Amino acid sequence: MRAIDNMFRTLAKPADRLPFRSNTVKLLAMIAILLIVFLGSFLIGRYPVSPETVLTILVGKIFGLPQAWSDNMETIVMKVRLPRILMALLVGGALSVAGAAYQNLFRNPLMAPEMLGATWGAAFGAVLGMVFRFPWVVMELTAFFFGLFAIFCTICINSLFGSKYTITLVLAGIVVSAFFQANTFVLKYLADPMDTLPAITLWLMGGLSKVSMQDVVWAALPVLVPVIALYTVRWRINVLSVGEEEAHTLGVNIKRTRLMVLLCATLMTAAVVSVSGVIHWVGLVIPHLARMLVGADFSRVLPASLLLGSTYLLAMDTLSRSIAAVEIQVGILTALVGAPFFVFLLAKAKKGWV
Amino acid sequence: MLKVENLSFGYSPARDLLVDLSFSVENGDVVCLLGPNGTGKTTLLRCLLGLAKIRVGSIRVKGIDIKAVSTGQLSRQIAYVPQATTTVFPHRVLDMVVMGRTPHIGLMATPAAADLKIAREALAELGISHLTDCLFSEISGGERQLVLIARAITQQAEMLIMDEPTSSLDYGNQVRILKVINQLAKRGYSILMTSHFPNHAFLLCNKVLLMKQGRLSAVGSPEEFVTEERLSDLYDTKVKIVEVPGQAMEPIKICIPLLT
Repeated sequence: MRAIDNMFRTLAKPADRLPFRSNTVKLLAMIAILLIVFLGSFLIGRYPVSPETVLTILVGKIFGLPQAWSDNMETIVMKVRLPRILMALLVGGALSVAGAAYQNLFRNPLMAPEMLGATWGAAFGAVLGMVFRFPWVVMELTAFFFGLFAIFCTICINSLFGSKYTITLVLAGIVVSAFFQANTFVLKYLADPMDTLPAITLWLMGGLSKVSMQDVVWAALPVLVPVIALYTVRWRINVLSVGEEEAHTLGVNIKRTRLMVLLCATLMTAAVVSVSGVIHWVGLVIPHLARMLVGADFSRVLPASLLLGSTYLLAMDTLSRSIAAVEIQVGILTALVGAPFFVFLLAKAKKGWV
Repeated sequence: MLKVENLSFGYSPARDLLVDLSFSVENGDVVCLLGPNGTGKTTLLRCLLGLAKIRVGSIRVKGIDIKAVSTGQLSRQIAYVPQATTTVFPHRVLDMVVMGRTPHIGLMATPAAADLKIAREALAELGISHLTDCLFSEISGGERQLVLIARAITQQAEMLIMDEPTSSLDYGNQVRILKVINQLAKRGYSILMTSHFPNHAFLLCNKVLLMKQGRLSAVGSPEEFVTEERLSDLYDTKVKIVEVPGQAMEPIKICIPLLT
């Protein structure tokens, strides 16, 4: 474990030597890249849309200007592409911030939102909804509550062992994930192979293809409110990374901070998983990238993770619908890209060991 | 500054680890808590820091019971220097030290320029300004201990509680830390430190607490209570205490273990 600790410490070396001020520059650069990717995503898709049209429509809609574009273009930009783009931003940002917060709380650089059981809990809820043919919104709510319930189970199991060691939490998360995963597969087995099963399989691969504006509005609150809440106590969360007892002696109210992090990160994770399905490797890898760029201070890692995560998932989602004739689910792409990138992180750090 | 009265504590109700402890730390005292392993020194520190909730007895800081104050308020009065600390993330030394300002930083705020200035001044005071931008995990054990002391200084509390500040340090670094503690004492800090070395009591402290099996067997000055019989009884080992003249011909006592 120490080797892995060393790995993460060596990684951030270059950035750490730079003075505080340049971090503002870096964050501005991240915002700029996000805007570029955001606007660029509108241009990619089966129907060609010119950049001027996109800008005209977006500006026109924001400021309520009279319509100077065709209805066709408006449908493509506002009803087809915008919801999906906004959702990608929300999902990517939420998973990354939740990952960064969990990593600080549990002092474990290998922590990811999917490890506490939320992903498979929500998957179970969603599949349950699909099998019983709930309306889309009800299905998402079921997924959300099962996601929360799964994390609740994980925390309960962990407290049975006294909540002393992070490892018991990770193990509890594995156990709960396995339980809900098994039950999900039972449902899959019982599902109608003609039309429900393909829908389930696609959903489980993690994708944003069926996202509507209604989903975006619904998911926005449980994502943005926790992000803001975490941002307000970002310094306390940063101090938490030296250990709960030491943080207590430094004046941090451990119970409240811990509760805040768990509540917020959990809400965010369950909300996005219930809409987007199982997307791995975002919550684990993006916080490390953020730390490499802006240092280990959580008050900087949080905004960096938010920006990097949303840009990353938006880029991945845009790629998923443009890379081939048939759409490749974004969960597949994040795994294909995330896993080797993780190996790359390991390899880069290895040089720094000696 | 700190007054403990009739403190008894155990993690389980059946077994008390601390039995009826009473002592006080006045302003400017440097108190050494001596005792063998497993005698409850760390437990006592945890109670003093509010990490363990006590049911019997009272702990008062400046007359106020610590149960009545918040974590933030307590950390503005008492700063803690742990034995060692690890961080899993690549924090710089300055990041670590500025964490000491947390009790003075509002709930929704982050360290301001003034806080960073205090942190840098603390590092300068201890002579480790050259480490400001180094990674905490990459500096030596002695340097890390100095960083933790710098962090405690930035808390601007009047009392420092140190848990074995020289453990796992080489001889040179041990002496370095002792010199720093001496400096801090002269500056007016009240210090309570646990130690495994009776010599620390002679070198630094004006008060000593001898603790065995959760009870205080002695509370008082080192001259009076760090004697051969008491130490032999405390550690179950024979020792000899000699007095040697120091640099300015002042008498310095040291404790030597007898191996035969």
